Amino acid sequence: MSIILDHVSHTYEEGTAMEFHALKDINLVIPDGQFIGLIGHTGSGKSTLIQHLNGLLKPTSGHVYYNGADIHDTDYNRKELRSKVGLVFQYPEHQLFEMDVFTDVCFGPKNLGLDKKEVELRAYQALKQVGLEDEYFYQSPFDLSGGQKRRVAIAGVLAMKPDVLILDEPTAGLDPKGRDEILDQVAAFRKETGMTVILVSHSMEDVAKYVDRIIVMNKGEVLMDQIPKEVFKRYKELEEVGLAAPQVTYIMHALKDKGMPVSADATTIEEARLEILHALHR
Amino acid sequence: MLKDITLGQYYQTDSVIHRLDPRVKLVATLAFIISLFIVNSFWGYLIAAVFLVVMIRLSHVPFKFMVRGMKAIVFLLVVAGVFNLFLTPGEAVVSFWKLQITKEGIKQALLMSGRLCFLIIGSSIMTLTTTPNQLTDALEKLLGPLKKIHVPVHEIAMMMSIALRFIPILLEETDKIMKAQIARGADFESGNLITKAKNLVPLLVPLFISAFRRANDLAMAMEARCYRGGEGRTKMKPLHYEKRDYLAYGMLVLYLILIVAEKLVLE
Repeated sequence: MSIILDHVSHTYEEGTAMEFHALKDINLVIPDGQFIGLIGHTGSGKSTLIQHLNGLLKPTSGHVYYNGADIHDTDYNRKELRSKVGLVFQYPEHQLFEMDVFTDVCFGPKNLGLDKKEVELRAYQALKQVGLEDEYFYQSPFDLSGGQKRRVAIAGVLAMKPDVLILDEPTAGLDPKGRDEILDQVAAFRKETGMTVILVSHSMEDVAKYVDRIIVMNKGEVLMDQIPKEVFKRYKELEEVGLAAPQVTYIMHALKDKGMPVSADATTIEEARLEILHALHR
Repeated sequence: MLKDITLGQYYQTDSVIHRLDPRVKLVATLAFIISLFIVNSFWGYLIAAVFLVVMIRLSHVPFKFMVRGMKAIVFLLVVAGVFNLFLTPGEAVVSFWKLQITKEGIKQALLMSGRLCFLIIGSSIMTLTTTPNQLTDALEKLLGPLKKIHVPVHEIAMMMSIALRFIPILLEETDKIMKAQIARGADFESGNLITKAKNLVPLLVPLFISAFRRANDLAMAMEARCYRGGEGRTKMKPLHYEKRDYLAYGMLVLYLILIVAEKLVLE
C-alpha cells in the first residue's frame, strides 16, 4: 500500500516557446502512514508534483503507481483513486459553493455514490475532525471567517475518507493562531486515523514540528529527501535555494559556535529548551 | 485543459511588426479585411496571399502557431465550403440524387474558404503581435474625435482592456476550481445535457464569487490610486508615429492600390 513515482517528468506547453519543465525525473516512494513535508520555493514544482499523485495531471514521461497499479492504465478507476488520495488545494475555501456548510461537505461523499445516511455521517465526522462547532453547520459557508472556511474545505475532502491526504499550503494567508490550530488539527486526526499526510509548504517552521520526513524540491528536482534533523543540518544548502531552516537551528548553531556544549540537532523550540537546560546543568 | 486556445493570444517575440504602432496594425487589419471582400478573382487572392506571407515572415511568429488557432474554425470552414459547393446555381459538373456540384459552386467554395482563412490569419497576425493593452490604447486614440459628440471613449477602452486582462485570469481560475472539484469526485464529462448543466454548479458558483471579489478588489485599488476616468489623464507611453509606421502606411496604400487596380483591370 503505497504511492510510487517512477521517473516522472512533466512539461507544460510542450513544443511551444513557453515550454516549461516543471518536473524532471522524479523518483519517490511514499509508504503508508508517513507524515511528509514537501518543501520548495515558489515554482519549484511542488504543486505540479502533488497533482500527479491523484491523477489530475498525467506525467509527460514516467509512471505513477498507487498500491501497485499504474494509475494511467486505460481501465484504471481514477475517480476511485481521487477518493483514496484526497487533495486539498491552496486556498480551498474558493471551492465552496453550497447554501450551507453541511451540504457542502456532503458533496464529496455524495459523489462516491454512498447512501444518504452514510454521506451525512461522514460529513458530520469530518466536520468534527477539523474542529468546527455544531452552530456553524447550517450557516452559509460564505459567512464564516477565513480560518473556518478553510476547515470546512478540508472537511470536504476528509469526508471522502481518503487513505492519503495532501494539503497544499493549508496555512497560506492565515494568522499565526489560525495556522497552529489547523496544523495541530491535522496532526491530531492523522494520529487518530493513521492516514498518510503530505503537507506542502515553503515554510520549514510550519512542518518541522510535525513531520517524519522532508522532501525538498528545487527547480523540478528532488534536492533532499531525509528526516527533518538531517535536512536542517544542511541549512546552508537550503539557503542557496531560497529556503531556510527553522530559527532554532540557527540559534543552536550560534550557541555551539560560541562554545556552549549543545548539539545543533534540535528542530523544535521544546527540544532546544531541553538541550540548553541540559547544557547549563552539565 | 483550457490552455489550447490560441485565438486572440499574444506571442512574445521581437520583430518589426511587434514594434509597429498599434494604430497602424489596427487600421491595416481593417483595410485588409475590407480588401478581402473586394477581391473576387484568383489574381486578387494571389496579391493578398503574397501580402499575408510577407507579414507572417516579418512577424517572426511560427506559422505552426497560427494554424493551431485555426483548428477552432475548421467546422465553420467546412460548413461554408459545403453550402457553397452544393447550393450555387450554374453549369453542372457532377450531379447525383437531388444535389449537383456546379463549376461556379467549386469556384465559390474555394474563394469563400480562402477568404475565411485569410481573414482569420490576417486578424491573428494583429492579435499575436499586439498586446491587448496596446490595442485598446490604439482604439482610444483612433476614436478620440468621437469625444466631441460625448461618446465615453476612454471608459469604453478601459472596460475593454479590463475585460481582456481578465480572460487569462478567469481561465486559470476555472482550471483551478475544476481540478479542486474533480478532486472531490465531481464529474464534468459524463451524463446528458441536463445533468451536465447541473454538474456545472460547483464550478460556476465559486467562479462567479471569485470574479466579483476580483472586481471589487480592482475597483478599490483603482480608487486608492485616485482613478477618476479619462478627464485630464496622461499616458506613461503616449503613442506617436515613427518612420517605420509611415513606411508601413505606405506599404498598406500600395497594397490597396494593387488590389483596386487588379479589380478594375482584370474583372
